[in-house]
Amino acid sequence: MEIPSVIGAGLAVIGAGIGIGMIGGRAMEAIARQPEAYGKIQTAMLIAAALIEGIGFAAIFAG
Amino acid sequence: MRTSLVSNFLAVILFSLGPVLFAKESSGETGGPQGTKEEIREYIAHHLQDSHDFSIASYTDASGEVVHWGFPLPVILWDNGLKVFSSARFHHGETVAEVGGNYYRLYHSKIYKTDAGGTIRYDEDQHPVNQKPLDFSITKNVVMMLVTGLLLFWLFTGMARNYGKNNGIPMGIGKFFEPIVLYIRDDIAIPNIGEKKYSRYMPLLLTVFFFIWFLNMFGLTPLGVNVTGNIAVTTALALIVFLVTNFTGTRDYWKHILDPLGDGMPWFGKLIIYIILVPIEILGIFIKPFALLIRLYANMTAGHVVLMSLIGLIFIFKSWVGGPLSFGLSFAISLIEVLVALLQAYIFTMLSALYFGFASEEHDHGHGHEHEEPELANL
Repeated sequence: MEIPSVIGAGLAVIGAGIGIGMIGGRAMEAIARQPEAYGKIQTAMLIAAALIEGIGFAAIFAG
Repeated sequence: MRTSLVSNFLAVILFSLGPVLFAKESSGETGGPQGTKEEIREYIAHHLQDSHDFSIASYTDASGEVVHWGFPLPVILWDNGLKVFSSARFHHGETVAEVGGNYYRLYHSKIYKTDAGGTIRYDEDQHPVNQKPLDFSITKNVVMMLVTGLLLFWLFTGMARNYGKNNGIPMGIGKFFEPIVLYIRDDIAIPNIGEKKYSRYMPLLLTVFFFIWFLNMFGLTPLGVNVTGNIAVTTALALIVFLVTNFTGTRDYWKHILDPLGDGMPWFGKLIIYIILVPIEILGIFIKPFALLIRLYANMTAGHVVLMSLIGLIFIFKSWVGGPLSFGLSFAISLIEVLVALLQAYIFTMLSALYFGFASEEHDHGHGHEHEEPELANL
Protein backbone atom coordinates (compact mmCIF):
# COMPACT_ATOMS: atom_id res chain seq x y z
CA MET A 1 0.00 0.00 0.00
CA GLU A 2 1.28 3.42 -0.86
CA ILE A 3 1.36 6.07 1.85
CA PRO A 4 0.36 9.53 0.57
CA SER A 5 3.25 11.99 0.52
CA VAL A 6 1.06 14.47 2.37
CA ILE A 7 1.17 12.26 5.47
CA GLY A 8 4.96 12.14 5.29
CA ALA A 9 5.06 15.92 5.01
CA GLY A 10 2.76 16.20 8.02
CA LEU A 11 4.99 13.90 10.07
CA ALA A 12 8.05 15.91 9.12
CA VAL A 13 6.33 19.13 10.14
CA ILE A 14 5.36 17.57 13.49
CA GLY A 15 9.04 16.75 13.98
CA ALA A 16 10.08 20.28 13.07
CA GLY A 17 7.45 21.66 15.44
CA ILE A 18 8.71 19.54 18.33
CA GLY A 19 12.25 20.60 17.50
CA ILE A 20 11.47 24.31 17.48
CA GLY A 21 9.43 23.90 20.67
CA MET A 22 12.36 22.26 22.41
CA ILE A 23 14.71 25.00 21.25
CA GLY A 24 12.35 27.68 22.50
CA GLY A 25 11.85 25.93 25.84
CA ARG A 26 15.54 25.35 26.41
CA ALA A 27 16.32 28.92 25.42
CA MET A 28 13.86 30.16 28.03
CA GLU A 29 15.43 27.95 30.69
CA ALA A 30 18.83 29.26 29.69
CA ILE A 31 17.64 32.88 29.83
CA ALA A 32 16.06 32.28 33.24
CA ARG A 33 19.32 30.86 34.46
CA GLN A 34 21.51 33.55 32.92
CA PRO A 35 19.46 36.64 32.11
CA GLU A 36 22.61 38.61 31.22
CA ALA A 37 23.24 36.27 28.26
CA TYR A 38 19.81 37.05 26.83
CA GLY A 39 21.07 38.52 23.54
CA LYS A 40 23.44 35.69 22.72
CA ILE A 41 20.93 32.99 23.61
CA GLN A 42 18.24 34.63 21.54
CA THR A 43 20.50 34.83 18.48
CA ALA A 44 21.56 31.21 18.76
CA MET A 45 17.93 30.19 19.29
CA LEU A 46 16.74 32.02 16.19
CA ILE A 47 19.46 30.51 14.01
CA ALA A 48 18.69 26.97 15.18
CA ALA A 49 14.95 27.53 14.81
CA ALA A 50 15.44 28.93 11.30
CA LEU A 51 17.50 25.92 10.26
CA ILE A 52 14.84 23.48 11.49
CA GLU A 53 12.11 25.57 9.91
CA GLY A 54 13.91 25.16 6.59
CA ILE A 55 13.56 21.38 6.87
CA GLY A 56 9.89 21.77 7.70
CA PHE A 57 9.29 23.87 4.60
CA ALA A 58 11.31 21.48 2.44
CA ALA A 59 9.01 18.70 3.66
CA ILE A 60 5.90 20.75 2.89
CA PHE A 61 7.11 21.36 -0.65
CA ALA A 62 8.05 17.71 -1.15
CA GLY A 63 4.62 16.64 0.14
CA MET B 1 -11.74 29.24 37.66
CA ARG B 2 -12.02 32.24 35.43
CA THR B 3 -10.46 30.50 32.42
CA SER B 4 -12.89 27.59 32.69
CA LEU B 5 -15.77 30.05 32.86
CA VAL B 6 -14.52 31.85 29.77
CA SER B 7 -13.94 28.66 27.82
CA ASN B 8 -17.38 27.33 28.76
CA PHE B 9 -18.89 30.57 27.59
CA LEU B 10 -16.99 30.37 24.31
CA ALA B 11 -18.02 26.75 23.80
CA VAL B 12 -21.69 27.61 24.31
CA ILE B 13 -21.43 30.45 21.81
CA LEU B 14 -19.67 28.29 19.25
CA PHE B 15 -22.16 25.47 19.51
CA SER B 16 -25.13 27.77 19.29
CA LEU B 17 -23.55 29.41 16.27
CA GLY B 18 -23.01 26.09 14.50
CA PRO B 19 -26.40 25.95 12.76
CA VAL B 20 -26.13 29.62 11.84
CA LEU B 21 -22.70 29.15 10.34
CA PHE B 22 -23.59 26.37 8.00
CA ALA B 23 -27.27 26.98 7.40
CA LYS B 24 -26.77 29.10 4.34
CA GLU B 25 -23.94 27.09 2.93
CA SER B 26 -26.02 23.95 2.60
CA SER B 27 -28.76 25.81 0.78
CA GLY B 28 -26.14 26.74 -1.85
CA GLU B 29 -27.41 29.94 -3.39
CA THR B 30 -24.98 30.92 -6.16
CA GLY B 31 -22.50 28.37 -7.36
CA GLY B 32 -22.57 26.46 -4.07
CA PRO B 33 -19.77 26.10 -1.54
CA GLN B 34 -17.66 24.02 -3.92
CA GLY B 35 -17.65 26.78 -6.53
CA THR B 36 -16.80 29.41 -3.92
CA LYS B 37 -13.91 27.37 -2.55
CA GLU B 38 -12.58 26.83 -6.03
CA GLU B 39 -12.83 30.55 -6.74
CA ILE B 40 -10.99 31.45 -3.52
CA ARG B 41 -8.26 28.96 -4.31
CA GLU B 42 -7.86 30.41 -7.79
CA TYR B 43 -7.79 33.93 -6.39
CA ILE B 44 -5.03 33.05 -3.91
CA ALA B 45 -3.01 31.32 -6.61
CA HIS B 46 -3.40 34.38 -8.81
CA HIS B 47 -2.30 36.68 -5.98
CA LEU B 48 0.86 34.67 -5.34
CA GLN B 49 1.92 35.06 -8.97
CA ASP B 50 3.64 37.92 -10.64
CA SER B 51 1.43 39.82 -13.08
CA HIS B 52 1.77 42.02 -16.13
CA ASP B 53 -0.54 44.75 -14.85
CA PHE B 54 -0.74 46.48 -11.50
CA SER B 55 -4.30 45.78 -10.42
CA ILE B 56 -5.46 46.86 -6.98
CA ALA B 57 -8.96 45.40 -7.13
CA SER B 58 -11.53 44.09 -9.57
CA TYR B 59 -15.26 43.55 -9.29
CA THR B 60 -18.25 42.68 -11.41
CA ASP B 61 -20.64 45.58 -11.89
CA ALA B 62 -24.41 45.49 -12.29
CA SER B 63 -24.27 44.80 -16.01
CA GLY B 64 -22.06 41.77 -15.42
CA GLU B 65 -18.88 43.39 -16.71
CA VAL B 66 -15.62 42.94 -14.79
CA VAL B 67 -14.16 46.30 -13.78
CA HIS B 68 -10.43 46.47 -12.97
CA TRP B 69 -8.83 49.10 -10.78
CA GLY B 70 -5.18 49.58 -11.56
CA PHE B 71 -2.87 50.45 -14.39
CA PRO B 72 -1.15 48.51 -17.17
CA LEU B 73 2.61 47.99 -17.23
CA PRO B 74 5.00 47.86 -20.17
CA VAL B 75 5.62 44.49 -21.77
CA ILE B 76 9.11 43.93 -23.19
CA LEU B 77 9.55 40.84 -25.32
CA TRP B 78 12.49 39.46 -27.26
CA ASP B 79 11.09 37.51 -30.18
CA ASN B 80 13.29 37.99 -33.27
CA GLY B 81 13.75 41.59 -32.23
CA LEU B 82 12.69 43.77 -29.35
CA LYS B 83 8.96 44.28 -28.92
CA VAL B 84 7.68 46.86 -26.46
CA PHE B 85 4.00 47.48 -25.88
CA SER B 86 1.53 48.15 -23.08
CA SER B 87 -0.09 45.28 -21.23
CA ALA B 88 -3.41 47.10 -21.66
CA ARG B 89 -3.53 45.42 -25.08
CA PHE B 90 -4.05 42.04 -23.41
CA HIS B 91 -7.20 43.33 -21.64
CA HIS B 92 -6.38 41.14 -18.62
CA GLY B 93 -5.95 38.07 -20.76
CA GLU B 94 -9.26 38.43 -22.54
CA THR B 95 -7.94 39.48 -25.95
CA VAL B 96 -4.97 38.75 -28.19
CA ALA B 97 -2.36 41.48 -28.63
CA GLU B 98 -1.09 41.98 -32.18
CA VAL B 99 2.42 43.44 -32.39
CA GLY B 100 4.36 43.68 -35.65
CA GLY B 101 2.56 40.77 -37.28
CA ASN B 102 2.88 38.46 -34.26
CA TYR B 103 0.08 37.57 -31.87
CA TYR B 104 0.57 37.20 -28.11
CA ARG B 105 -1.81 36.13 -25.42
CA LEU B 106 -1.75 36.09 -21.63
CA TYR B 107 -2.52 32.73 -20.12
CA HIS B 108 -2.20 32.31 -16.33
CA SER B 109 0.00 35.44 -16.15
CA LYS B 110 2.43 34.10 -18.77
CA ILE B 111 2.79 35.34 -22.34
CA TYR B 112 2.41 32.85 -25.19
CA LYS B 113 2.77 33.31 -28.91
CA THR B 114 -0.44 32.37 -30.69
CA ASP B 115 -2.15 32.64 -34.04
CA ALA B 116 -4.62 35.43 -34.86
CA GLY B 117 -7.44 33.58 -33.09
CA GLY B 118 -5.47 33.22 -29.86
CA THR B 119 -5.67 29.42 -29.69
CA ILE B 120 -3.54 27.74 -27.07
CA ARG B 121 -2.67 24.09 -27.64
CA TYR B 122 -2.14 21.76 -24.72
CA ASP B 123 -0.20 18.56 -24.19
CA GLU B 124 -1.74 15.60 -22.36
CA ASP B 125 -0.98 17.17 -18.92
CA GLN B 126 -2.95 20.34 -19.76
CA HIS B 127 0.26 22.38 -20.10
CA PRO B 128 0.34 24.86 -22.99
CA VAL B 129 2.77 23.90 -25.75
CA ASN B 130 2.74 27.29 -27.49
CA GLN B 131 6.05 29.05 -27.98
CA LYS B 132 7.00 31.42 -25.16
CA PRO B 133 8.94 34.54 -26.19
CA LEU B 134 11.72 35.75 -23.87
CA ASP B 135 9.97 38.01 -21.38
CA PHE B 136 11.85 41.00 -19.93
CA SER B 137 8.69 42.88 -18.96
CA ILE B 138 8.43 45.43 -16.19
CA THR B 139 6.01 43.31 -14.17
CA LYS B 140 4.33 44.14 -10.87
CA ASN B 141 7.21 42.64 -8.89
CA VAL B 142 9.80 44.54 -10.91
CA VAL B 143 7.90 47.79 -10.32
CA MET B 144 7.79 47.11 -6.58
CA MET B 145 11.50 46.31 -6.48
CA LEU B 146 12.34 49.50 -8.38
CA VAL B 147 10.09 51.53 -6.07
CA THR B 148 11.70 49.96 -2.98
CA GLY B 149 15.17 50.51 -4.36
CA LEU B 150 14.46 54.17 -5.08
CA LEU B 151 12.77 54.60 -1.69
CA LEU B 152 15.80 53.14 0.10
CA PHE B 153 18.17 55.25 -1.94
CA TRP B 154 16.18 58.41 -1.23
CA LEU B 155 15.78 57.63 2.49
CA PHE B 156 19.36 56.69 3.20
CA THR B 157 21.12 59.32 1.10
CA GLY B 158 18.93 61.91 2.82
CA MET B 159 19.89 60.48 6.19
CA ALA B 160 23.57 60.50 5.28
CA ARG B 161 23.33 64.18 4.28
CA ASN B 162 21.58 65.03 7.55
CA TYR B 163 24.35 63.35 9.52
CA GLY B 164 26.88 65.55 7.78
CA LYS B 165 24.89 68.73 8.43
CA ASN B 166 24.02 67.90 12.02
CA ASN B 167 27.44 66.87 13.36
CA GLY B 168 26.60 63.17 13.41
CA ILE B 169 23.35 63.46 15.32
CA PRO B 170 20.40 61.72 13.66
CA MET B 171 17.45 63.81 12.48
CA GLY B 172 13.89 62.91 11.62
CA ILE B 173 13.52 59.39 10.24
CA GLY B 174 17.19 58.81 11.03
CA LYS B 175 16.26 58.57 14.69
CA PHE B 176 14.21 55.52 13.82
CA PHE B 177 16.75 53.88 11.52
CA GLU B 178 19.95 54.56 13.45
CA PRO B 179 19.36 51.90 16.14
CA ILE B 180 18.51 49.33 13.46
CA VAL B 181 21.67 50.06 11.48
CA LEU B 182 23.71 49.95 14.67
CA TYR B 183 22.07 46.67 15.66
CA ILE B 184 23.04 45.12 12.34
CA ARG B 185 26.60 46.34 12.79
CA ASP B 186 27.08 45.49 16.47
CA ASP B 187 24.95 42.38 16.86
CA ILE B 188 25.00 40.78 13.42
CA ALA B 189 28.12 41.80 11.50
CA ILE B 190 30.80 42.13 14.18
CA PRO B 191 30.09 38.93 16.18
CA ASN B 192 29.78 36.80 13.04
CA ILE B 193 32.39 38.24 10.71
CA GLY B 194 34.87 39.69 13.16
CA GLU B 195 36.18 43.11 14.07
CA LYS B 196 38.77 43.13 11.30
CA LYS B 197 36.73 42.40 8.20
CA TYR B 198 33.13 43.27 8.95
CA SER B 199 33.16 46.71 7.31
CA ARG B 200 33.64 45.14 3.88
CA TYR B 201 30.30 43.34 4.15
CA MET B 202 28.29 46.04 5.90
CA PRO B 203 26.89 47.71 2.73
CA LEU B 204 25.60 44.39 1.42
CA LEU B 205 24.15 43.30 4.77
CA LEU B 206 22.36 46.61 5.30
CA THR B 207 21.01 46.69 1.75
CA VAL B 208 19.79 43.10 1.91
CA PHE B 209 18.17 43.66 5.31
CA PHE B 210 16.27 46.81 4.41
CA PHE B 211 15.38 45.58 0.93
CA ILE B 212 13.83 42.37 2.26
CA TRP B 213 12.18 44.12 5.20
CA PHE B 214 10.61 46.85 3.05
CA LEU B 215 9.39 44.35 0.46
CA ASN B 216 7.94 42.13 3.18
CA MET B 217 6.11 45.11 4.63
CA PHE B 218 4.83 46.17 1.20
CA GLY B 219 3.43 42.65 0.90
CA LEU B 220 1.17 43.37 3.89
CA THR B 221 -0.29 46.55 2.39
CA PRO B 222 -3.44 46.42 0.25
CA LEU B 223 -1.24 46.90 -2.84
CA GLY B 224 -1.40 43.13 -3.12
CA VAL B 225 2.21 42.54 -4.05
CA ASN B 226 4.09 39.38 -3.21
CA VAL B 227 7.70 40.07 -4.14
CA THR B 228 9.66 38.22 -1.46
CA GLY B 229 7.20 35.34 -1.85
CA ASN B 230 8.43 34.91 -5.43
CA ILE B 231 11.04 32.19 -5.76
CA ALA B 232 12.87 33.98 -8.57
CA VAL B 233 13.44 37.04 -6.36
CA THR B 234 14.71 35.03 -3.39
CA THR B 235 16.88 32.96 -5.74
CA ALA B 236 18.52 36.13 -7.02
CA LEU B 237 19.11 37.35 -3.45
CA ALA B 238 20.59 34.01 -2.39
CA LEU B 239 22.72 33.93 -5.55
CA ILE B 240 24.27 37.26 -4.59
CA VAL B 241 25.07 35.90 -1.11
CA PHE B 242 26.48 32.73 -2.68
CA LEU B 243 28.74 34.64 -5.08
CA VAL B 244 29.96 37.06 -2.42
CA THR B 245 30.64 34.22 0.02
CA ASN B 246 32.71 32.22 -2.43
CA PHE B 247 34.50 35.08 -4.14
CA THR B 248 35.61 36.62 -0.86
CA GLY B 249 36.55 33.21 0.54
CA THR B 250 40.03 33.11 2.01
CA ARG B 251 42.58 30.34 1.64
CA ASP B 252 41.48 29.01 5.02
CA TYR B 253 37.84 28.85 3.93
CA TRP B 254 38.69 26.62 0.98
CA LYS B 255 41.12 24.61 3.08
CA HIS B 256 38.34 24.04 5.58
CA ILE B 257 36.14 22.65 2.82
CA LEU B 258 38.72 20.52 0.99
CA ASP B 259 40.86 19.54 3.99
CA PRO B 260 38.60 19.85 7.05
CA LEU B 261 40.74 17.90 9.51
CA GLY B 262 43.83 20.02 8.98
CA ASP B 263 47.43 18.98 9.42
CA GLY B 264 46.96 17.06 12.66
CA MET B 265 46.34 13.74 10.95
CA PRO B 266 48.45 11.61 8.56
CA TRP B 267 47.09 11.43 4.99
CA PHE B 268 46.22 7.71 5.10
CA GLY B 269 44.00 8.32 8.11
CA LYS B 270 42.23 11.19 6.42
CA LEU B 271 41.66 9.37 3.13
CA ILE B 272 38.79 7.14 4.34
CA ILE B 273 36.99 9.96 6.14
CA TYR B 274 37.43 12.39 3.28
CA ILE B 275 35.60 10.16 0.79
CA ILE B 276 32.46 11.05 2.75
CA LEU B 277 33.40 14.35 4.35
CA VAL B 278 34.64 16.38 1.38
CA PRO B 279 31.60 15.79 -0.84
CA ILE B 280 29.38 16.81 2.08
CA GLU B 281 31.37 19.99 2.61
CA ILE B 282 31.21 20.82 -1.11
CA LEU B 283 27.45 20.16 -1.15
CA GLY B 284 27.21 22.46 1.86
CA ILE B 285 28.44 25.39 -0.25
CA PHE B 286 25.28 25.08 -2.34
CA ILE B 287 22.86 23.96 0.35
CA LYS B 288 23.46 27.02 2.52
CA PRO B 289 22.19 29.62 -0.01
CA PHE B 290 19.52 27.17 -1.14
CA ALA B 291 18.16 27.00 2.41
CA LEU B 292 18.22 30.82 2.50
CA LEU B 293 16.11 31.15 -0.63
CA ILE B 294 13.61 28.44 0.34
CA ARG B 295 13.19 29.85 3.85
CA LEU B 296 12.34 33.38 2.75
CA TYR B 297 10.14 32.23 -0.14
CA ALA B 298 8.23 29.65 1.90
CA ASN B 299 7.70 31.91 4.90
CA MET B 300 6.32 34.80 2.90
CA THR B 301 4.20 32.57 0.66
CA ALA B 302 2.79 30.72 3.66
CA GLY B 303 1.95 34.02 5.36
CA HIS B 304 0.13 35.32 2.28
CA VAL B 305 -1.79 32.07 1.80
CA VAL B 306 -2.93 32.01 5.45
CA LEU B 307 -4.00 35.66 5.37
CA MET B 308 -5.93 35.34 2.12
CA SER B 309 -7.56 32.09 3.21
CA LEU B 310 -8.79 33.80 6.37
CA ILE B 311 -10.21 36.65 4.31
CA GLY B 312 -11.81 34.01 2.09
CA LEU B 313 -13.70 32.70 5.15
CA ILE B 314 -16.17 35.53 4.64
CA PHE B 315 -17.31 34.01 1.35
CA ILE B 316 -17.37 30.47 2.70
CA PHE B 317 -19.49 31.24 5.79
CA LYS B 318 -21.91 33.54 3.95
CA SER B 319 -23.46 34.69 7.22
CA TRP B 320 -23.00 37.58 9.64
CA VAL B 321 -20.43 35.52 11.59
CA GLY B 322 -17.98 35.40 8.70
CA GLY B 323 -17.14 39.09 8.70
CA PRO B 324 -16.09 39.61 12.34
CA LEU B 325 -14.49 36.15 12.54
CA SER B 326 -12.48 36.69 9.39
CA PHE B 327 -11.57 40.22 10.46
CA GLY B 328 -10.42 39.13 13.93
CA LEU B 329 -8.36 36.21 12.69
CA SER B 330 -6.77 38.07 9.80
CA PHE B 331 -6.02 41.02 12.06
CA ALA B 332 -4.19 38.74 14.50
CA ILE B 333 -2.32 37.00 11.69
CA SER B 334 -1.42 40.38 10.18
CA LEU B 335 0.20 41.40 13.46
CA ILE B 336 2.18 38.16 13.48
CA GLU B 337 3.09 38.79 9.84
CA VAL B 338 4.52 42.20 10.74
CA LEU B 339 6.79 40.37 13.17
CA VAL B 340 7.61 37.68 10.59
CA ALA B 341 8.45 40.35 8.00
CA LEU B 342 11.11 41.72 10.33
CA LEU B 343 12.23 38.31 11.55
CA GLN B 344 12.77 36.91 8.06
CA ALA B 345 14.79 39.95 7.03
CA TYR B 346 16.82 39.51 10.23
CA ILE B 347 17.35 35.78 9.69
CA PHE B 348 18.42 36.29 6.07
CA THR B 349 20.93 38.98 7.10
CA MET B 350 22.09 36.99 10.11
CA LEU B 351 22.75 33.80 8.14
CA SER B 352 24.39 35.76 5.31
CA ALA B 353 26.71 37.31 7.91
CA LEU B 354 27.40 33.86 9.31
CA TYR B 355 28.38 32.55 5.85
CA PHE B 356 30.52 35.63 5.21
CA GLY B 357 32.16 34.94 8.55
CA PHE B 358 33.01 31.40 7.45
CA ALA B 359 34.36 32.73 4.17
CA SER B 360 36.60 35.38 5.69
CA GLU B 361 37.98 33.34 8.58
CA GLU B 362 41.70 33.33 8.95
CA HIS B 363 43.44 30.99 11.30
CA ASP B 364 46.58 31.74 13.20
CA HIS B 365 48.77 28.94 11.91
CA GLY B 366 51.35 29.20 14.63
CA HIS B 367 49.29 27.40 17.24
CA GLY B 368 48.46 24.13 15.56
CA HIS B 369 45.40 22.59 17.16
CA GLU B 370 44.35 25.59 19.15
CA HIS B 371 43.01 27.38 16.09
CA GLU B 372 39.79 25.38 16.20
CA GLU B 373 38.72 27.10 19.42
CA PRO B 374 37.79 30.63 18.30
CA GLU B 375 35.85 29.23 15.38
CA LEU B 376 33.68 27.10 17.65
CA ALA B 377 33.09 30.05 19.91
CA ASN B 378 31.85 31.97 16.89
CA LEU B 379 29.10 29.47 16.23
